[in-house]
Amino acid sequence: MSEKQQKATAYWKENLRYLIILLLIWFMVSYGAGILFKEALDSIQIGGFKLGFWFAQQGSIYVFVILIFVYVRLMNKLDKKYGYDE
Amino acid sequence: MSVQTWTYLLVGITFALYIGIAIWSRASSTKEFYVAGGGVSPLANGMATAADWMSAASFISMAGIIAFAGYDGSVYLMGWTGGYVLLALLLAPYLRKFGKFTVPDFIGDRYYSNTARIVAVVCALLVSFTYVAGQMRGVGVVFSRFLEVDINTGVIIGMVIVLFYAVLGGMKGITYTQVAQYCVLIFAFMVPAIFISIQMTGNPIPQLGMGSALNDGSGLYLLEKLNGLSTELGFAEYTSGSKDLIDVFAITLALMVGTAGLPHVIVRFFTVKRVKDARKSAGLALLLIAILYTTAPAVAVFARTNMINTVSEQEYGKMPEWFKNWEETGLLSFEDKNADGKIQYVADAAINELTVDRDIMVLANPEIADLPAWVIALVAAGGLAAALSTAAGLLLVISSSVSHDLIKKVFVPTISEKGELWAARGAATVAVVIAGYFGINPPGFVAAVVALAFGLAAASFFPAIVLGIFYKRMNKEGAIAGMVVGILLMLFYMLKFKFGIFDGGKEAVAGLQADWWFGISPEGFGSVAMIVNFLVSIVVMQFTPSPPHHVQEIVEDIRIPSDAGAAVDH
Repeated sequence: MSEKQQKATAYWKENLRYLIILLLIWFMVSYGAGILFKEALDSIQIGGFKLGFWFAQQGSIYVFVILIFVYVRLMNKLDKKYGYDE
Repeated sequence: MSVQTWTYLLVGITFALYIGIAIWSRASSTKEFYVAGGGVSPLANGMATAADWMSAASFISMAGIIAFAGYDGSVYLMGWTGGYVLLALLLAPYLRKFGKFTVPDFIGDRYYSNTARIVAVVCALLVSFTYVAGQMRGVGVVFSRFLEVDINTGVIIGMVIVLFYAVLGGMKGITYTQVAQYCVLIFAFMVPAIFISIQMTGNPIPQLGMGSALNDGSGLYLLEKLNGLSTELGFAEYTSGSKDLIDVFAITLALMVGTAGLPHVIVRFFTVKRVKDARKSAGLALLLIAILYTTAPAVAVFARTNMINTVSEQEYGKMPEWFKNWEETGLLSFEDKNADGKIQYVADAAINELTVDRDIMVLANPEIADLPAWVIALVAAGGLAAALSTAAGLLLVISSSVSHDLIKKVFVPTISEKGELWAARGAATVAVVIAGYFGINPPGFVAAVVALAFGLAAASFFPAIVLGIFYKRMNKEGAIAGMVVGILLMLFYMLKFKFGIFDGGKEAVAGLQADWWFGISPEGFGSVAMIVNFLVSIVVMQFTPSPPHHVQEIVEDIRIPSDAGAAVDH
């Protein structure tokens, strides 16, 4: 493998690691907190919100937005590290 | 000024604005027509994507659906936003790097096959046409209620406006009108929500108002109050659902994956300059969408509580003006079953006297809350902006599928740049006329078909694109087999369980619920069809030759963000 290819493979591996971590969080806030564990979380009340219901109708959406911006930051750093930024 | 004068004024101003932008930004090359020249800034693209995505369904219908479904409505909130995470992480940057014009472009080149390209074109057309018919209908409803013209006249006015800026400006015109439309629609959605939130809870932020205590001195939390009202009238508790867990799970997944696979959303990411811009504008798009999507559940709670308080056990003769207005449209009806002159609004169908179409909740909300006339007119203008912006985005997908993917890539490869541009305009015109026809003569199953559009996108595009990027060894045989099996399975399930055509028609549908596979409704089945697509693709791939060397190089290339270049003309 040429040096160029090695660099590309290393970049791709780091990218995949980020994706797995971020998608795990994506899954946990929506399918986890908002659906599978909704009943259990509903026993916790914050203000007028039951927590499971809040995750399903509010919280998961906030986390989604944050996730994408975290991804943008991580990838911009990664691009720089490997010299792929423009 | 009356509501109607205000409506004419606001709708007139916004329409003039859209037309002005269209003239200023008309397209002169195919590259401008398909991808706005490829130099749109991330923020402008984020706003355009948000307007493109938020349709008449998001603006007009969604809060109403949630108001009646309570927790079960969460599937739309999570489904239609969570898809952007998939889009941003798994699709947008790589498709931008690939740098062509359309989704079938990617499928056709990555799977080195015109068969794959044509399968993708058929999916894109199917998805987009079902969607656009619903938008035209939305335009008609807003016109008929607020400007008191016939629904059909409303649809035709909408057609002319869209035709004007989509045909003239292509993606460039559409992008900048969508930026304006985003501003109109978000303002129109937020203003009444903020007013009502202050009115009911004293908190100006609807997202917080929803979880606050009521203003009426009772000290009750709004959601507690609504839970109480709901159970009192025999409905399910608002914050609990009545759907099965597995179905909620499946529908959410189908909507998320479907969202990420919708061609009119994906193509928006071809219009930015660099890969990093594609990532950033996906984030901005979701942020701008989230403003509406976190407000909608609050609007749902306000509207539902207000409605029950206004009508339940009240005298029919003393109903306010809005009640009569909506009765005239047929979307609200009252039948005094026990002849006591009062409205009984309860869950039990035998005693219930009030039928409310869910679509009127957002439009009627400001009237129910007694807000000033200009706010009501603003909502009408916002609904039109939402419907028109989505319709335009869909029409572009339809026209580019025909002029670029079919005519240029398959049938007449020698066509000149100018010829292709005219073919694109011609295709857009034909598409508007067909969409208008469906808006005027809606098939009785528009809502069902829109659900089908998500299922189809989930079952076809999403696996093919993801495998194309993340699985270098995936070949054309696997991808085509996966797409075809996925779509056919989805179609079969919809026809069987949504339309009942194998068991004697629509009447049979309710009785078939016990036979649902794994207890999953047709709306959620896209997630199963998607998994089947993935499996079929991978199995077929094992027994067929690897893709040629140059295709494997394409895959390696799209994984690296630099040297994205502009969208290449070819």
